[in-house]
Amino acid sequence: MESKLHVSSSPHFKGNNSTRRIMLDVIIALCPAAIAACVIFGLRSMVLIGVCVSTCVLLEYASRKIMKRDTTIGDLSAVVTGLLLALNLPVDINPLIAMFGCLIAIVVVKQMFGGIGMNFVNPALAARIVLLVSFPSAMMHWVTAAGAPAAAQIDATTSATPLAAAPGVYSYIDLLIGRCGGSIGEVCAVALILGGIYLVVRRVISPIIPCVYLATAALMSLIVGLDPLYQLLSGGLLLGAIFMATDYTTSPVTKWGKVIFAVGCGFFTILLRAYSNMPEGVSFSILLMNILVPHIERLTTPRTLGYVKKAKGEKK
Amino acid sequence: MAKRSLFKEFTKGIIKENPVLCLVLGTCPTLAVTTSASNAIGMGVAATAVLVCSNAVISLLRKVIPDKVRIPAYITIIAGFVSVVQMLVKAFAPAINDSLGIYLPLIVVNCIILGRAEMFAGKNPVLPSILDGLGMGVGFTAALLCMGIIRELLGSGSLFGLQIMPVRILIFILPPGGFFVFGMLIMLANKLNERSGKKVKTSPCDGCPMSENCADKACEKTGKEAG
Repeated sequence: MESKLHVSSSPHFKGNNSTRRIMLDVIIALCPAAIAACVIFGLRSMVLIGVCVSTCVLLEYASRKIMKRDTTIGDLSAVVTGLLLALNLPVDINPLIAMFGCLIAIVVVKQMFGGIGMNFVNPALAARIVLLVSFPSAMMHWVTAAGAPAAAQIDATTSATPLAAAPGVYSYIDLLIGRCGGSIGEVCAVALILGGIYLVVRRVISPIIPCVYLATAALMSLIVGLDPLYQLLSGGLLLGAIFMATDYTTSPVTKWGKVIFAVGCGFFTILLRAYSNMPEGVSFSILLMNILVPHIERLTTPRTLGYVKKAKGEKK
Repeated sequence: MAKRSLFKEFTKGIIKENPVLCLVLGTCPTLAVTTSASNAIGMGVAATAVLVCSNAVISLLRKVIPDKVRIPAYITIIAGFVSVVQMLVKAFAPAINDSLGIYLPLIVVNCIILGRAEMFAGKNPVLPSILDGLGMGVGFTAALLCMGIIRELLGSGSLFGLQIMPVRILIFILPPGGFFVFGMLIMLANKLNERSGKKVKTSPCDGCPMSENCADKACEKTGKEAG
């Protein structure tokens, strides 16, 4: 009997969650969007996803080897980064530009800061913004999706995204099933929502950030006089709210921190959409809030159990 | 200090105490004007000329200038030379004057020039001061040229205005790319200094490259790094 007493420090019960399991869940949740991309934009989008994922994994392996650290490609986080980056690109982008994006995401943003869990902003988002700033024409070249309304097809190959198009060109149904221009992963709202529901059910993400983000964005659109539902369904808002803003490393851990973070994201997204000279504000707003996360966490640190607030004027 | 050879006074500014990459002074012009290699050279040469002249004059006047008003006196001398250089550039190289814009008159407030006046020229004879200014100026120009070449090559695909590459990664000529290249070069300079066997850090002041010239060692007392 005595031999069965094993003395160890807590925690004594461990779940079977691991980084690999969580990343696998995220990949599964992104599958509907990837399949939708394949249906809407053709097999080229699969090639793009393949290029991004394989480059990311390869770069992660190479940079860990060069820095003489242990290999971390087994945790699948590089696959998720590659997949997210690919879903944020237009379908006819030059593969070399996509590979440059992978280099920014994995080497500069992730590994230079110490690898998984150390990056201060979301790698895929940072890479998207670097590409957007570096190659504006290639990144804003939107190919017409199969079955998009005729009014949206300005010429044979390119069309405006719903955010840049004249009002009334796209119906809500077009936006829901992805009959519109845009980057390959953001067009089909239904697929993204399905993925989000899967993540919430699997308890990979808490619904606070996506819900508060979307609610704030809707409220802000009402205030600045835009159609809230149209704003929610168009552009990268759903992709950003469900998959980008909920990244563990770059979002607050506290409940109220999450709320503040999501409100900030929603506020800046609509502000940038309405008043900046760019058509899209999701990536910039999430990046901005990512940088503020340490301060938000300091503001919302929960009270330690048993801690008594000191009376005013009392020192130490 | 006096035992150091004159040659060393000149060479220390190039890598070991490079004003931009090791002392991290004068970052504003470094980031602002290095969008092309020719801009970088123009800025570097203009600043070097001012640095050498002001170091020489300040060193000559170091016994005359009262200690309490030395900073305004230094600034006046520096501003005089900047005006001279600005007029010369306007007369003989108007293209560089246009591309440098406000950053040319702003050499007056360049930390490197005031820093060398305060740390070196105000305490040393004329010849070492001139060589110190020249070395620092060469180091400044070299750092700017490195940044200018990298940023122009990647950001606009050209070198000294000559188109070489078809690919343009625009971010490198924008501010974020400037900061990125700057950080990478600082890393490289640190690596080079480490290789050549810099002393091991023991007190907070050792981490500060200016500690050798630091007059009051205020940072040592408070344990803070010099601001």
